[in-house]
Amino acid sequence: MKWTHAVAFALLAVGLAGCSKPKQVQPDTTAQAPVDSGAQTSGLGNETGPATGATAGAMSAAQQQALAALQSRNVVFFEFDSSEIRADYLSVVAAHAAYLTKFPTARVRLEGHTDERGSREYNIGLGERRAQTVRKALMLQGVTEAQITTVSYGEERPAVEGSDESAYAQNRRVELVQVQ
Amino acid sequence: MTFQRALARPKKKGSARALAWFFVLAGSLATSAHAQLRLDITQGVRDAVPIAVVPFGGQAEGGPNDVAAVIAGDLQLSGRFKPLERRDLVSRPTRGEQVRFEDWRLLKSDFLVIGHVVPEASGLAVEFELFNVQTGQRLLTNRLVTSERGLRATAHRIADLIFERLTGIPGAFSTRIAYVAVDGRPPKQRYRLMVADADGYGPRIVTESSEPIMSPAWSPDGQSLAYVSFEGKASAIYVQRLATGDRKRVSARSGINGAPAWSPDGRKLALTLSRDGNLDLYVLDLATQGLTRLTSDSAIDTEPEWSRDGASVYFTSDRAGNAQVYRVGAGGGQEAQRLTFTNGYNARPRLSPDGESLALVTLDRGAFRIATYDLKTRNLQVLTDGRQDEAPSFAPNGAILIYATRAGAKGTLAMVSADGRFQQRLSSDTGDVREPVWSPSPPAQR
Repeated sequence: MKWTHAVAFALLAVGLAGCSKPKQVQPDTTAQAPVDSGAQTSGLGNETGPATGATAGAMSAAQQQALAALQSRNVVFFEFDSSEIRADYLSVVAAHAAYLTKFPTARVRLEGHTDERGSREYNIGLGERRAQTVRKALMLQGVTEAQITTVSYGEERPAVEGSDESAYAQNRRVELVQVQ
Repeated sequence: MTFQRALARPKKKGSARALAWFFVLAGSLATSAHAQLRLDITQGVRDAVPIAVVPFGGQAEGGPNDVAAVIAGDLQLSGRFKPLERRDLVSRPTRGEQVRFEDWRLLKSDFLVIGHVVPEASGLAVEFELFNVQTGQRLLTNRLVTSERGLRATAHRIADLIFERLTGIPGAFSTRIAYVAVDGRPPKQRYRLMVADADGYGPRIVTESSEPIMSPAWSPDGQSLAYVSFEGKASAIYVQRLATGDRKRVSARSGINGAPAWSPDGRKLALTLSRDGNLDLYVLDLATQGLTRLTSDSAIDTEPEWSRDGASVYFTSDRAGNAQVYRVGAGGGQEAQRLTFTNGYNARPRLSPDGESLALVTLDRGAFRIATYDLKTRNLQVLTDGRQDEAPSFAPNGAILIYATRAGAKGTLAMVSADGRFQQRLSSDTGDVREPVWSPSPPAQR
């Protein structure tokens, strides 16, 4: 299938750009086939560019270890129509803040998500609000603005399928993706 | 009664073509679509008017260009008519003098459509007649010149004429629908922006990506689509010409670029941006790239929709604590005015073609449903009874709306008449189908 080619290009590109990099904490690497490369675009707005974490240089063993420890704790969940960080997830935010302040070259990408209820663009706004809440919490704990990027996917990228409360609860989230 | 149209398309050929697909991802509407969308009517309609559409003379029955089948399908899709099953047709007249009205009275058909296709110097001509079965009166007759390739379009045009003659409302069958189709399971999903005829025939891929695509919007001339794509790992707004596939990225500012809506003159887009970490409305001049800010509020302001005269913009905001619909001047620097007060959630307003009401998503007794809001009387009327109905879009004749709903775990499309009396559920045999938007009428009919 055609996507094999796309993925092959993607893997090749990643391999060339980051041969000395440690494994990235990105649950959806294969979903990042470079679809943009085939687009005939002529963007007139400000370029934002994705956070690629393409900074060169090897990570210290200490940092690699700290990063690995964060891997199992990189999602903050939310109540319906709320962007308050629940008390049981404050420690997740604190762990990422500690890592980011200890390693000032590290970068985090905050991906805001909602469940599928309600209109889609409104949910983009809600996902952004959640990402911004986490961003502010990180900055209150000493993380610098330059270390953080945010993106909202609204309900467009659910973590799990399903139209019940259990699925909704798993989809209302901010993923903290350490990009370096 | 089930009326099915299998929308067979040629299969794609070989990996060379597949590879080419990847490189012309955003290319022109390709002739072979691999997402096979089939729309089945799965829910009958009460009070629909029985009508007999006899297979047209001069052509084989059952092919994709079967004129009578296309007409019958359109009439059924409107919710107002119930075409007779073909096997129940007692005779097959193709010209007025062959009709025996007592046959059709026995079948309890109120109306009868007959016709034939004949060769013409420049291609083909389709002649048809519409009769009132009770009185035997001929209500309509016409002759349309076309070609083999244009037969379906001609059949839709005939359905438009019949619909208008019988209801007083112009038909909306010669139109198209854009929608987003999503395949695969999270987190690895594939997103395609599709365009098909209003009856679901001939789905074509406009663009596809492994990152979300959302919020398609037709330009007023029906030539282009604006949409949001996350293909660059952040949201950006694109405008793509359908005929050529040429596209431009018109907004890729830091943060969110969302909810594009064309101004009535097609020169501007209202959109939502999050330049300060929160969503506000702006108007982007497509020629100059100039930005005018419409709202500056700490709330979510999104889902803009222009008023008919282009002087104001309707939108969704949660500035009062929950999502409600507001209106603000399109020139900037004006206070927004709240419109909806019924129910705790009203979002994504879409203006009716006559400019007198908004279709929106409302939270009705714990379920998200489609409603219309009358701008004069301020009356909110709930039209649908789903649990998660969203994204309403008016047909250009204002008589019917298409929207997204759920059938089991799957996203699918449905139609409801603007008075809520008729509902049709459509199902696809692909993955999720969502965000349907009805095209404007073709230029010839405006």
